[in-house]
Amino acid sequence: MARLLEVNNLRTQFFTQDGVVNAVNGISYTLDEGETLGIVGESGCGKSVGVMSLIKLIPTPPGKIVEGSVIFNGENLIDMSDGEIRSVRGNKIGMIFQDPMTSLNPVLTIGRQIQEALELHMGMDKAQSKARAIELLELVGIPSAADRINDYPHQFSGGMRQRVMIAIGLSCNPQLLIADEPTTALDVTIQAQIVDLVKKLRDDLGMAIIWITHDLGVVAGLADRMLVMYAGMIVEEAPVKELYANPSHPYTVGLLGSLPRLDQVSGEKLDSIEGLPPDLIDLPKGCPFHARCKYRIEKCFTENPPLKTIGVGHKAACWIDVTKDPITTERPYQEV
Amino acid sequence: MSEQKDVLLRVDGLKMYFPITQGIVVQRHVGDVKAVDGLTFDIHQGETLGLVGESGCGKSTTGRAILQLYKPTAGQVIFEGEDITAMRGESLRKMRRRMQMIFQDPYASLNPRMTVGNIVSEPLEVHSLFNGKERREKVKELLDVVGLNPYFVNRYPHEFSGGQRQRIGVARALALNPDFIVCDEPISALDVSIQAQVINLLEDLQQEFGLTYLFIAHDLSVVRHISDRIAVMYLGKLVELTTRDELYANPMHPYSQALLSAVPIPDPVVEEKRQRVILEGDVPSPANPPKGCNFCTRCPKAFEPCYETEPEFKEIESGHWVACHLY
Ligand SMILES: Nc1ncnc2c1ncn2[C@@H]1O[C@H](COP(=O)(O)OP(=O)(O)OP(=O)(O)O)[C@@H](O)[C@H]1O
Ligand SMILES: Nc1ncnc2c1ncn2[C@@H]1O[C@H](COP(=O)(O)OP(=O)(O)OP(=O)(O)O)[C@@H](O)[C@H]1O
Ligand code: SF4
Ligand SMILES: [Mg+2]
Ligand SMILES: [Mg+2]
Repeated sequence: MARLLEVNNLRTQFFTQDGVVNAVNGISYTLDEGETLGIVGESGCGKSVGVMSLIKLIPTPPGKIVEGSVIFNGENLIDMSDGEIRSVRGNKIGMIFQDPMTSLNPVLTIGRQIQEALELHMGMDKAQSKARAIELLELVGIPSAADRINDYPHQFSGGMRQRVMIAIGLSCNPQLLIADEPTTALDVTIQAQIVDLVKKLRDDLGMAIIWITHDLGVVAGLADRMLVMYAGMIVEEAPVKELYANPSHPYTVGLLGSLPRLDQVSGEKLDSIEGLPPDLIDLPKGCPFHARCKYRIEKCFTENPPLKTIGVGHKAACWIDVTKDPITTERPYQEV
Repeated sequence: MSEQKDVLLRVDGLKMYFPITQGIVVQRHVGDVKAVDGLTFDIHQGETLGLVGESGCGKSTTGRAILQLYKPTAGQVIFEGEDITAMRGESLRKMRRRMQMIFQDPYASLNPRMTVGNIVSEPLEVHSLFNGKERREKVKELLDVVGLNPYFVNRYPHEFSGGQRQRIGVARALALNPDFIVCDEPISALDVSIQAQVINLLEDLQQEFGLTYLFIAHDLSVVRHISDRIAVMYLGKLVELTTRDELYANPMHPYSQALLSAVPIPDPVVEEKRQRVILEGDVPSPANPPKGCNFCTRCPKAFEPCYETEPEFKEIESGHWVACHLY
């Protein structure tokens, strides 16, 4: 498969009253055509800012992309003018945002909101865009779409609104779909409907997907490859099966161990990751995870480990080898 | 085996309707949101009963109606043999001390202008327990029990993380030495890495103090981990109730089957082989539930009687209750 996207040393900061928030700290990765990349990590670790930076949707000020390049189809998106990037967004790159309730305009009909992008990017007239909007709503499983196109968002349920967001994300046949926690606010049965739908559409349309979530369950059945983020950095990258079978960064190990699983006998204690993620304004020296890490050694306090290859397509940023090196402590480190 | 356990709390025909009114000057009663519509079940001494179901199906309302935070529309809540829905005044106040609640949202449920110490000692003051020095000691002891440094008493909630705030909520709930705690989605608002801390804490406290929990959640993996028995709720009614292992091995209600099959498993190898029951259609409104079985509009197995009569909630096998015409 051909290379679609190449992110190099991307760094995004927010300049606030309290100081500089180091939201994304030099991340690099690639994505091929038709590939699905899952990004996981806890709240505030820079997942959303990381993908928003790709398409320059960072509020400026206070935000700024301070370093790096994003090569999409051979062009650097970071160097594009506002007009140029706008013609990429919602067109070659479709987006589904984190919150379906606030991302739809309450005073516009569902139809109008889908048609807008079609008229803007695809140059369709009203009749064409209406026909296509109905087709898209049918595609995402809204019954009697031709009638419901005149409804307002409040007349749709949460699951239906999320499907409308997907329809908008897909409206211009994007090469890349960025989905930021598209199912987090939904119930599991509705979530299963949506995931099923996205898989089908991906296979039919052959688009690449970046799927952000903090739910390690949902991406397991969807992604080809995974990135694990911590404190604005990529700490592990691996093909999906490899990541779940051989997690190699202590944070990933902890994350997988802290999940109760429906298919496993319970009753044992869960592994919990004690402590808290670091303050992004005042990043600690050394490895960003050292305060909470059970495997830490002296070096972890002073030097930040680089992301290095440890297997086929598998990279981790850690000084130790979790399969061989012993656990050195159970307690989070506290500055005195 | 489950019959031999002591029943701590019995819920019998519990209904909680919220009236829908229209008109500004004269309010006309035009209908009801049937949030909880006739629940009957027991909670055994020392167990954790999980309560699961989709958003809006009535889980929180059930918890609140049991604790008499709402006046139920109908039904009884019998705690150690006494109907607490009939209690008033001092006897209700005394009973309430023994039943506490941990809330869904650790960010919204703590008063931001009170210190941690005041938050935890407030229930002690309300019930005039202990005097000044003893009370301060008790608060420190409670903070210690939930794994917070007693040194934090003078700090405010915003200075804590979600997991720590939830611990403050737990310390407050424990202040009056309750027997029974309704845990209303105590971890849903927390990050995955922090959730395990709170689950482990709740399990340790149960062991130590012999607590009984009603554990409300929409995440079946968490509920399976912590519960002894699980009740599945759909649109204001219980559709299934059985032991945790039985529910997982042999879910009988089509909704439970769909729910279990929809839960994602964090393992790509397992996910690859799984067969899903994908439900069609959306959840009906509790203000206008369908005729017959509540689930008939989405049920993949519905047949004629399902559209006509409501299935009875009955014990199909020993300790396994189901409301479905298939059985
Ligand atoms: N407009 C802003 N001003 C200042 N800081 C910001 C702004 N937007 C984001 N941040 C900070 O950047 C960091 C990364 O945020 P981001 O939204 O990418 O997190 P996330 O990983 O998507 O989390 P979640 O899972 O909660 O969505 C956070 O610490 C956040 O507080
Ligand atoms: N005070 C109230 N007045 C009117 N309707 C209410 C009230 N409280 C709850 N409801 C309605 O009752 C139904 C059940 O609500 P409840 O909060 O019990 O659901 P839940 O199962 O806890 O959902 P969630 O998982 O989203 O917390 C919903 O339709 C809700 O809108
Ligand atoms: S580098 Fe050290 S502190 Fe960081 S994850 Fe590895 S062992 Fe832990
Ligand atoms: Mg986000
Ligand atoms: Mg609730």
